Amino acid sequence: MQLPTMHTILLAGLIGLAPVGAAQGYEAYISNEKDNTVSVIDLDTLEVVRTYPVGQRPRGITMTKDGKYVLLCASDDDTVQVIDAKTDKIVKTLPSGPDPELFVLHPSGNPLYIANEDDNLVTVVDIENDKVLAEIPVGVEPEGMGISPDGSVMVNTSETTNMAHFVDTKSNQIVANVLVDSRPRFAEFTSDGSQLWVTSEIGGTVAVIDPSKHEIIKKIGFEVPGVQPEALQPVGVRVTRDGQYAFVALGPANRVAVINAKTLEVEQYLLVGQRVWQLAFTPDEKYLISTNGNSNDVSIIDVASQEVIKSIQVGRLPWGVTVSPN
Amino acid sequence: MNAWLTAMSAIIWREALRFVTQRERFIAALVRPLVWLVVFAAGFRAALGLSIIPPYQTYITYEVYIVPGLCGMVQLFNGMQSSLSLVYDREMGSMRLLLTSPLPRWWLLFSKLVAGATISILQVYSFLGIAALTGILLPWEGYLLVLPALILSGLMLGALGLFLSSTIDRLENFAGIMNFVIFPMFFLSTALYPLWKMGESSPLLRDICAVNPFTQAVEVIRFALYGQVNFEALGWTVLAFAIFFAGAVRGYDPSRGFIRGKAGAGGG
Repeated sequence: MQLPTMHTILLAGLIGLAPVGAAQGYEAYISNEKDNTVSVIDLDTLEVVRTYPVGQRPRGITMTKDGKYVLLCASDDDTVQVIDAKTDKIVKTLPSGPDPELFVLHPSGNPLYIANEDDNLVTVVDIENDKVLAEIPVGVEPEGMGISPDGSVMVNTSETTNMAHFVDTKSNQIVANVLVDSRPRFAEFTSDGSQLWVTSEIGGTVAVIDPSKHEIIKKIGFEVPGVQPEALQPVGVRVTRDGQYAFVALGPANRVAVINAKTLEVEQYLLVGQRVWQLAFTPDEKYLISTNGNSNDVSIIDVASQEVIKSIQVGRLPWGVTVSPN
Repeated sequence: MNAWLTAMSAIIWREALRFVTQRERFIAALVRPLVWLVVFAAGFRAALGLSIIPPYQTYITYEVYIVPGLCGMVQLFNGMQSSLSLVYDREMGSMRLLLTSPLPRWWLLFSKLVAGATISILQVYSFLGIAALTGILLPWEGYLLVLPALILSGLMLGALGLFLSSTIDRLENFAGIMNFVIFPMFFLSTALYPLWKMGESSPLLRDICAVNPFTQAVEVIRFALYGQVNFEALGWTVLAFAIFFAGAVRGYDPSRGFIRGKAGAGGG
C-alpha cells in the first residue's frame, strides 16, 4: 500500500510542476518596424516559431475577430495589409489612406478605423469590400485609437493637438473633445465601457476619462526610483476584463506599470526590455506581452502573479503585438 | 562506523555551540551582505535593467544580480572564520586534543568542513530571508534547489579556508590572508559584475574572474537559485574542492605539513 501511495504523491507533484495552461495554442504576432517582418511566437513554448516579410515599416497590428487574418499597418507603403494567419501570405491590401499607424476594429468585426498620422484623418474602411466608407478630420498627428465595447463611440487621440476626439460611429462626426497631457499615444476603453484610458507620452501621465460625461476622472502620474522623470513615457495600455488591473507601458523607463484600476493607484512597476511600446493580453488574460523596441525583444508577463517570466528575441524594433483569439 | 559519525556530530555540535554563543558573528555575517545589497546595489542601481545572461530569462535589476554573489560571500567569510577558529584552537591547544582522535585526520578535517558549511547555509538562508523581506524574491523552487549547491560551495570555500589556515600559525597572520586572498577573490569574480561587464574594461580581468574558483561557486549558486545546473561551474567547483581539501589534509599532516615543527608551539 505504501508504494503506490508514494508513487501517486510523486506523480501529483510532477503534474503540479508541469507548465500549467499549456495547449491553449495561442500565437502572438509582433510587427518589427525596422526589419519589415512579423515574428510569430508560440505562447505555449514561448518561442519564436516563424518570421515572415511584410510591407515597409509595419506598426499597428491586430486580428480579425474570427482569428483568420492579421491586419497590419504598413506605414511606408500607405496600406493596411491583410495576412492569412495560417499561411502567413498577404492575401490583400486595404485602402488605408497615407501613413497608417494604428487602428481599431469595430467590435462587430467591421469596419476598421485607421489613424493617418500625416493627414490628420481617421479613415473608416470596410474590410470585406475593401472600400473607404468615410474620412473623419481630426486633430494634428492622429495616433491612438479606441472603440467602446458597444461600438457606438470611437476615440482618436491626436499627438500634437493633445486631445481625445470622441466620434459617433453612426454619423462619423466628432461629438466631443477632451484635452489631455502632451502627446497622447493610445486610447483603451474598459470592457464595461465606463472608462477610457488615454496615455500621454510627453506629459508622462495617463488620463482616466468618463466617456459619458467627457470628463477626466483622474490623471495618474508615475515615479520609479533611479529613473529620470522624463524617461517615464506612457504608451500602450491594457485593462483586464474584470476591471481590476491596468497595465501601462512606460517607454524608455523599461517598465510596465501595474495600476489598481479600482483605486487608480500605481501598485508596482515590472522591469521589461528597453523602450517598451505596446501591450497585448492573451485571450484568457494569463499573459500580457510587451514589445521592447530598443532591445529587440518582447517580455512575457504573468498577469496573475504580476511577474515578468521571460523575454524573447524577435526582429529589430518590435512595435505592435496582437494575439490570436484561438 | 558509528565512531566516525560520533566524531562528526561532536565537531558539528561544537561549531554550532560556538556559533550560537557568538551572536555578534551571526549578526556580522548578515550585516555584511546586507550592506552590500542596500548600499552598493543602490549606488549601482542599473534601474533600467541588466542585459539578459543565463540563467536569467528576462531583465533583472542589479539588486537581483548580486544576491547569488552575496550568498557566496557569506560562505567565503564563514569558511575563513571557521578556519580562523582552527588557528585559534591550535594556539589554545584544543586542536591537539581533536587530532589525537584515533580516526583518520582527513575525516576530522572533513567533519570540520561539514560543520562550517552547515553554519554557512544557515547564514545564507537568513540572508535570503531578509533579502525577500526587502522585496528581492526568487523563484520558490530556487530556495530548495540551492541547498545542494550551497553544500558544495560551502565545502569548497571551507576547504579553501582550511588549506590557507594550514599554512599560517598565528592569528595575526590572518589579516594578510584577508587582504591577499578574500578581497581579491570576492572582487575578481562574477559576484558583483557579470563576466561581459568585466571584459568591457579588460580582457585580462575577465580571464582572471573566469578562473577564480569563487566565480565558479557563485555561478553554481546562481544557476541553482533559478532551478538550473551549470555543469561547467559545478565541475570546476568540485575540482577546486578536491584540490583545496587535499592541500589541507597534507597541510595538517605533522610529518609533511607546511608548519612542520611548529605544531607544538601553541601548546603553551
